[in-house]
Amino acid sequence: MATDALSATFSALADPTRRAILARLASGQASVTELAGPFDMSLPAVSKHLKVLQKAGLIARGREAQWRPCRIEAGPLKEVAGWVERYRSCWEESFSRLDDYLEEMKWKEKKHGRKK
Amino acid sequence: MAAKSNSALVVTLPSDLEIVMTREFDAPRHLVFEALTKPEHVSRWWGCRSSTLSVCEIDFRVGGSWRYVMRMADGGEFAFSGVFHEIAVPERMVCTERYEEPKFGNPEWVTTLTLEDLGGRTRMISRVLHKSVEARNGHLQSGMEKGAGETFDRLAELLASLAQAAV
Repeated sequence: MATDALSATFSALADPTRRAILARLASGQASVTELAGPFDMSLPAVSKHLKVLQKAGLIARGREAQWRPCRIEAGPLKEVAGWVERYRSCWEESFSRLDDYLEEMKWKEKKHGRKK
Repeated sequence: MAAKSNSALVVTLPSDLEIVMTREFDAPRHLVFEALTKPEHVSRWWGCRSSTLSVCEIDFRVGGSWRYVMRMADGGEFAFSGVFHEIAVPERMVCTERYEEPKFGNPEWVTTLTLEDLGGRTRMISRVLHKSVEARNGHLQSGMEKGAGETFDRLAELLASLAQAAV
């Protein structure tokens, strides 16, 4: 994915309402009215968020039905999730070594404390 | 044990410029602080798989500098350095961090480390603040070239972590 597209994904994800919309769509497609329900927002306000998500390629809107259902597009999210997960797993390797090392430090401190 | 389940590393992206890591350690705060800030300790655990720290220098005082060089199994080296801006033993430390790679413009960010005393256990919060969203994304992407495709399951985790960060 081009850097611009990735930036669009990230800035679309930076908004809590848009993340909540995506979380809702992760469990199945929905209409604008259905999406507006839990947010206490006007339909135009929801439509604005949907446009940002659509532009970032995070959702697609059906043309087949009158109510134009929204559904999640997995591609960009998978890419971002992949980055976060790889970053996490690299650090987790370090921190699990640190867990072991802290056991050693605790033991040494205890031993040292007893000698005093 | 319940305590064990809390030790998973959580990575969140609370804003366009940040990466936040949260993790708990089963050790008292003063030991965790030492392990994170003294070179004889850092060199024992810091770095990616099958790497070693060939340089680990820490001048731990405000205005003092630090430098790590991570040597990979294939001989490749990655250098990181910075300056300490704030030190409050054993709970907080702020420093700059620069990835010494002219190819990427030697990107620099600010790291704020906070340790919370949980009574014998310690919660670490490491907040990385970049100057631009491009630099933040580049940091997040570093080291990803070896990764394979991810499963769709990760999506739910990502959304959960993003939602958590928003609270």
